[in-house]
Amino acid sequence: MKELVIISGKGGTGKTSVCASLAVLSGKCVIADCDVDAADLHLVLSPQVQQRESFTAGKRARIKTGHCIARGKCEELCRFDAIHFDGPGNGKVARTFRVDPLACEGCGVCAWYCAENAIEFAPVVSGEWFISETRCGPMAHAKLGIAESNSGKLVSIVRQNARKLAEDRGLDLILIDGSPGIGCPVIASITGATLVLIVTEPTPSGLHDLERVAELTRHFGIPAGVCVNKWDLNADVTETIEHKAAERGLHVFGRVRYDKRFTQAQIRSKAVVEQADDGSAEDLGALWNNLSHHLR
Amino acid sequence: MRIAVASGKGGTGKTTVATNLAHVAALGGRAVTYADCDVEEPNGHLFLKPQWQERRVVTRPIPQVDETKCTHCGRCSEICQFNAIAPLGTTVLVYAELCHGCGGCMLVCPTGAITEIDREIGTVETGTAGPVQFVRGVLHVGEPMSPPLIHQVKLASTQTDLTILDAPPGTSCPVIEAVRGSDFVLLVTEPTPFGLNDLKLAVEMTRAMHLPMGIVINRCDTGDRQTVDYCQTNRLPILAELPDDRRIAEAYSRGTLACTAVPAYRKVFEDLLARLTRNAQPAAATPAASKRSRP
Repeated sequence: MKELVIISGKGGTGKTSVCASLAVLSGKCVIADCDVDAADLHLVLSPQVQQRESFTAGKRARIKTGHCIARGKCEELCRFDAIHFDGPGNGKVARTFRVDPLACEGCGVCAWYCAENAIEFAPVVSGEWFISETRCGPMAHAKLGIAESNSGKLVSIVRQNARKLAEDRGLDLILIDGSPGIGCPVIASITGATLVLIVTEPTPSGLHDLERVAELTRHFGIPAGVCVNKWDLNADVTETIEHKAAERGLHVFGRVRYDKRFTQAQIRSKAVVEQADDGSAEDLGALWNNLSHHLR
Repeated sequence: MRIAVASGKGGTGKTTVATNLAHVAALGGRAVTYADCDVEEPNGHLFLKPQWQERRVVTRPIPQVDETKCTHCGRCSEICQFNAIAPLGTTVLVYAELCHGCGGCMLVCPTGAITEIDREIGTVETGTAGPVQFVRGVLHVGEPMSPPLIHQVKLASTQTDLTILDAPPGTSCPVIEAVRGSDFVLLVTEPTPFGLNDLKLAVEMTRAMHLPMGIVINRCDTGDRQTVDYCQTNRLPILAELPDDRRIAEAYSRGTLACTAVPAYRKVFEDLLARLTRNAQPAAATPAASKRSRP
């Protein structure tokens, strides 16, 4: 089983559009959208959801107002500034403590040390995951709840689901759409993968972010290569990027030219390669050939 | 006044908007700080080109176990919600990258075997870009948790009356940390299905945080009408619409500010700043502006 992860460092370089086209070109594969806090791949692949489950990762503290005697141990021990002395009165005290759910890190120290047992520390649902069918194969995806954390854990669940789908269906390739950046969800998306494709763009930001994301793949020892999207917007920067990539031992898998049909295809819920077979679609075909050859 | 520039979707033009806003504010004589909170992939320096003055290492605390005092009672792993500490045989394993630095293990250890040591997670760098005060955070590669570093960037950018915070993409913890305590959130989007989908998530996030917001539609002449319709239906003020201008794209690809490359854009960003100033009423002491001891 092979896992190809598409990431970018910088956002908006065309990761998801490239991923959708590769899914189509692969004939059939398992698709995993690991950009769980801003997932977009479903807008192109229109998955039919077969199974949905809630995602419960961490716990969160909540002060039971009837019990709080405003001793303040919770506020003293909380390192995340999540406890504020502005809760409603409860008959025992005029003012109680309150947990800011957005700031609560879910460490449980407050609940552990509350002598009155006034803090509920219970699991919270922080998202949902799905198993779906698409025209390109089965898909594992998820939606992180609004203002929730634990995206790394949700990414790991999506990857597990994708692996199981691949086993059950006898499919050899899992195509993973990752998230921008180099933090926890990205690390969770790439660890143990077969190959990482970094999609970048010919701008100073694209180059800068590629270097950091390439350092990340090196740090975790994962083979990686690059593809410059919209390469013809600045051929010089594209050259520089490909040169630096090669210096870092990254494989250059291809270039995709700038094409307004990327947006038009998106508006029609299609992959670019479903809308055309020339221009950028031709580039994407060549990219897929190189990748599949490399994965073989 | 603290204005956070965020987006949901990446690559919509957050950094372009944030850097140009800081630039025109400074040209207009305002004391302004640009704070790059996208610590995973900071890019503002490529356009504002600051002269660096100071670089400070940021750490967060992780436990260190004195095995001579440890009785292997296992209380530390009991309190730890993040599986970051576990007794194993005659030793105790600490998984530093999983640790959130809550200090629970140290508190609960009955023999005082646990103390804390500092683990480096990144740097906060400050400088000046002409009249603009410049602050950024740079996360060490391989470090998963950025919020504590983002918090330090915010603490280092409180010197001026106006602060523009350039937030990371997405809608989860790093963005929440960047946006928390702002007076106004400016959401930059593009009128495509991806842009709109992620804008909706960012709007829900901002609402959950009870913060006022406004929208900038970048490359407004590409894509479709749905984003404008969504903003109107949901009464979200569209504070600026920027066209898909090849001159701006080229300036970006050279690392030049839009206002510098095409002077006509100075007026565009001045108008945006004026609208922002009208829309953003500095909030009364928000919780996030109060004391905080995040590790």
